[in-house]
Amino acid sequence: MSQKDSNQLILLHEKDNVLACRRKIHRGDALMIDGLAIAASGDVDVGHKIARIELDTGDVVLKYGVPIGSITQATRIGEHVHTHNMKSDYIPITTRQSTGDETNSS
Amino acid sequence: MIGYQRSDGRKGIRNVIVVAYLVECAHHVARRIVDVSADMDVHLIGFPGCYPNEYSLRMMQKLCSHPNVGGVLIVSLGCEGFNRKGLHAAVATTGRPVETLVIQERGGTAATIAAGVNAVAAMKKSIANIPRVAIGVEDLIIATVCGGSDGTSGLTANPAVGKCFDQLVALGSTCIFEETGELIGCEQIMAERAVTPALGEAIKACVDKAARYYTVMGYGSFAPGNADGGLTTQEEKSMGAYAKSGDSPISGVIKPGDLPPSNGLYLLDVVPDGEPRFGFPNINDNAEIAELIACGAHIILFTTGRGSVVGSAISPVIKICANPDTYQRMPDDMDVDAGRILNGEATLDEVGGEILEKIIASASGLRSVSESLGHQEFILTYKSFEPVGPACLPARASRA
Repeated sequence: MSQKDSNQLILLHEKDNVLACRRKIHRGDALMIDGLAIAASGDVDVGHKIARIELDTGDVVLKYGVPIGSITQATRIGEHVHTHNMKSDYIPITTRQSTGDETNSS
Repeated sequence: MIGYQRSDGRKGIRNVIVVAYLVECAHHVARRIVDVSADMDVHLIGFPGCYPNEYSLRMMQKLCSHPNVGGVLIVSLGCEGFNRKGLHAAVATTGRPVETLVIQERGGTAATIAAGVNAVAAMKKSIANIPRVAIGVEDLIIATVCGGSDGTSGLTANPAVGKCFDQLVALGSTCIFEETGELIGCEQIMAERAVTPALGEAIKACVDKAARYYTVMGYGSFAPGNADGGLTTQEEKSMGAYAKSGDSPISGVIKPGDLPPSNGLYLLDVVPDGEPRFGFPNINDNAEIAELIACGAHIILFTTGRGSVVGSAISPVIKICANPDTYQRMPDDMDVDAGRILNGEATLDEVGGEILEKIIASASGLRSVSESLGHQEFILTYKSFEPVGPACLPARASRA
């Protein structure tokens, strides 16, 4: 695999079950996760998160080695982890949906 | 670095004249005085409300006697609730030139604008010869804020500011970080960095207060753009924001308008005390910046992922861009490109050192990018605070 592929994702802490994207990932890109080659299931932007392991509803998401929320639906390795499958364990956030501004979400 | 000696012993890095309106009804007249003066060092600040408020009076007093301010022109409509004599007196006791124009007594809009423009010109002359004095890094108060955060903020710009803060604290500067609502989830690790166990408890109490307050508001301190940029939860945003504080011990907790009593790292508690009364703690990033400046901050380090463009009245804002894509889209609004860390082109320590160089350049008189573009945003709203308890300031308690 190319140098570029090996640099797409960053593990911020060894305990983490998500990886941060160093650059935009396109659907079908080869991802290398803990030695396992996986094709990206969709586009994921820089700064977003990808599942490092299989995650089940209720699993606590670890980033920087600390809990940052929990999983709301089963998520496979390499899938995008975001508001569609994860929630805060503290307080809800404002989203485009909650403000009725879904057209401005790009 | 050469600065301006002020009568209270503090040193400024700018010599700004502030034009301060005391109610929205005086805003237009004050803005015209600033516009007609056409001088980058004449800044507009003000308070829109007609009801009196202890917090906003104290904020205006602290802002108008900030070391970066050389003189003050107060613009009052005449019938508003703001204690204009209290503000005038607070500035006068510092020895700064201060003048109050009351629109209802001056003959209305045009007459007050004309009088204000003359007053600013006269003040400009009278402050031109203020004693200049050498400034060291240990004289500086540097504060940090993040705005338009995304998933890259906590990987690049925020930890780079943390590295810079560690260097500044080691050099004897005073550093301030803030927004306890954006530290929800970090309270335990933050408390462990407090210089005393009692301060650690006070830090946890601050974050608990923020969590309760934001729960009543219905949302955390989180904008839709944060989610667009890959942040999913408040606690994830918090962990990224927390990285701005670096690794130094935390010396104390202050509230808006409090001057840190010693050098070291301080946490600014921005969430009002008591039952939520006046709405969201800080309605936007500039509300936080104004509070940091009221605590004496000479320079604001502003990290952004999505790409904020704001500056501020009174103190320069240095913009540190976290996201390499954002930097490519709007390079002319950024002082530092921290996104290079993501591409492996620079280390956190290198970018931290670069931020320190920008601070020294700015304190030497060089304009930051937002300053050069004319950004002088300012906002002040209603709040209420109790004074900090003795556990919050161990340095002051040990001297007493």
